[in-house]
Amino acid sequence: MSGSITLSSVTMTLLEGFGVTVELFALTLLFSLPLGLLLSFGTMSRFTPLRGVVKTVVWIIRGTPLMLQIIVIFYGPGLLWDADPLPRFTAALIAFVINYACYFSEIFRGGIQSIPRGQQEAGLVLGMTKSQIFFKVTLLQVIKRIVPPMGNEFINLVKDTALARTIAVYEVLWMGETFIKKGAIWPMFYTAVFYLAFNGILVLLFGWLEKKLDYFRA
Amino acid sequence: MPILEVNHINKSFGSTKVLDDISFSLDRGKALAIIGSSGSGKTTLLRCLNFLETPNAGQIIVNGETLFDAADHSSKSDAEIRKRRLHFGMVFQSFNLFPQYTALENVMLASLLLARERPDYKQRKREIHEEIEHHAIELLSQMSLEGRMSHYPHQLSGGQQQRVAIARALALQPDILCFDEPTSALDPELTGEVLKVIRSLADQHTTMIIVTHEMAFARDVADHVLFMDGGVIVEQGTPAELFENTQNERTRAFLSRFSQNS
Repeated sequence: MSGSITLSSVTMTLLEGFGVTVELFALTLLFSLPLGLLLSFGTMSRFTPLRGVVKTVVWIIRGTPLMLQIIVIFYGPGLLWDADPLPRFTAALIAFVINYACYFSEIFRGGIQSIPRGQQEAGLVLGMTKSQIFFKVTLLQVIKRIVPPMGNEFINLVKDTALARTIAVYEVLWMGETFIKKGAIWPMFYTAVFYLAFNGILVLLFGWLEKKLDYFRA
Repeated sequence: MPILEVNHINKSFGSTKVLDDISFSLDRGKALAIIGSSGSGKTTLLRCLNFLETPNAGQIIVNGETLFDAADHSSKSDAEIRKRRLHFGMVFQSFNLFPQYTALENVMLASLLLARERPDYKQRKREIHEEIEHHAIELLSQMSLEGRMSHYPHQLSGGQQQRVAIARALALQPDILCFDEPTSALDPELTGEVLKVIRSLADQHTTMIIVTHEMAFARDVADHVLFMDGGVIVEQGTPAELFENTQNERTRAFLSRFSQNS
């Protein structure tokens, strides 16, 4: 056993894992939000083949466990093509991005389709371009409507990052588990504090955003 | 020369013919009222003029310029349509104000976006912005909304919202202002204030097309009335011709149904 298990040593170790958790969380959002928007345009496309492909992808990703997706992306290339495996963190990140983009795409689609058609028409008759209408008229109304479901997804993502331990990404839960071998189980329970704190901040952030958008009704 | 000529417009949705050989013209400064029961094609006609629907046949000519010709399959790019739309303004039954903008911002938005395309926009940004704001304030004042400029749509009554929508449509100085049942979503008491505004626009010789169920108003304000039924123009003429001396069976049946209801 190396070093004694004290609250401060455990905290330091868990913080290290928590850094990985936060990194995975932030990078997943950075890539999956725009990708999700693109996918939502795909599912709303009038071009049937594109719509079919995107909808099938979304069905597969939402219909299988994220844990399985992580495993497939990490081990799949090696098994199929004898390729070198991706770095563990990268593999986990790719799986998270794809998975969350699919969920986001459905939220975006619901949000966009819930905006009354009259908004678009009002923009059109005022000579606005389609992209002006999207960015200047529709987008903020969509954001206002999807804040509550997005809050759910963000909170889910914080907890889902724990699945990265499946391929030995050293996130906070993994770090907590390492102490079991050293004879202490409480550091595992202690990880909950990190998740709760993180999600507490998210709850406050989303509450603030909801308030911020409360100045108009849509 | 009339400001607007509509020639032989046809429009079908699937196998349903919604507009059948619609032709009429409108002189500058005149108000045209379109009456008829629900489903007679009035709204579709307005939507065709605003390029929200594409007619299957016919022509739309404004100031001698052919804006739309169903026989001409070339120039129908989004940018072209966008430019042509600006000849028409549209006021919707459901207002369709942008909820996240104040009354003033609603009126200014499209003008500001259009101004960006002006070659002198970069140098004169501030000046242009001030001009647009000044114009918007003027229009809202004309609608008696001086005290409501920084209100958001949900803070306004239906009648106030519709007046903002009228100012918004006027901001782009369209050749022809179209109203699609502008008071149908309003309480009777709010209807009056909107009609008053439209009446004052008519007095200032704004060229207008008004689709309406307010018969007394149509009779009063319009220079020309068009009665539609089943996608065709059954009869057109001056209000006196239509409301008092119609010889047409269908017109008479429609008008008597209306006078019973109100």
